[in-house]
Amino acid sequence: MQVVFYISGAIAILATVLMLTRMNAVHALLYLVVSLLAIAVVFYVLGAALAAALEVIIYAGAIMVLFIFVVMLLNLGETAANEERRLLTASMWVGPAILSAVLIAEFVYILSAESHGNFPAPVGPKQVATALYAPYLIGVELASMLLLAGIVGAYHLGFRKVRKGDS
Amino acid sequence: MIRDGFILASILLALGTAGVLVRRNIMFVLMSIEVMLNAAGLAFIVAGARWSQADGQILFLFILATAAAEVSVGLALVLRFYHQYKLLDADAASKMRG
Repeated sequence: MQVVFYISGAIAILATVLMLTRMNAVHALLYLVVSLLAIAVVFYVLGAALAAALEVIIYAGAIMVLFIFVVMLLNLGETAANEERRLLTASMWVGPAILSAVLIAEFVYILSAESHGNFPAPVGPKQVATALYAPYLIGVELASMLLLAGIVGAYHLGFRKVRKGDS
Repeated sequence: MIRDGFILASILLALGTAGVLVRRNIMFVLMSIEVMLNAAGLAFIVAGARWSQADGQILFLFILATAAAEVSVGLALVLRFYHQYKLLDADAASKMRG
């Protein structure tokens, strides 16, 4: 299990470095997703199962989908077709695929290994939830207000005014 | 392993900082900010695992909510930026006039 921690950490660092050195935004997003998944494995090894699940669902799922949506919105015209042709070559997806395969092998190893060694005691979702809704309730309310402000702000900024004289 | 978790979090934070400073494409700047927020969350999780308390994961949840709000507003700003300047170079908006 300790080996899994170190391999995942190495994958996270490697994928982040590769993300920062990409020129194409979509390739960088692929490496960022791999990095987030590797950090989810680190969370699981550290005994934070709920945080690992949320990392996969919200970070690697929802937030990355938002990024990819914006990248697709911005790639308009015939450059998008050229990009697509370039994306289909094997050299573009082989890097993220190898790193993800190592992560999958780690998951299989974790799920097959039953015994927990000298690891920090896992903090279950029940423990988190009871703490979240008793002493941290004000934080939950503030987070919901922050998300509402985020929705309103994104709607306001995304609203395009049609001025006279604009073509 | 706890100490190494903190080392991993600091390396990721440094990488995110380098990305914010080095890249000029505004999408990459946003992605690097995501990496930095994620590194902060990792530090909280590691600290929560050190004392086997739930507080680390709760703080991670708050960081997650903050990141989601930040990304939605940031990407809306990127769309506005692109419609105005037709490129994603952050230096194009260095003059503060609409």
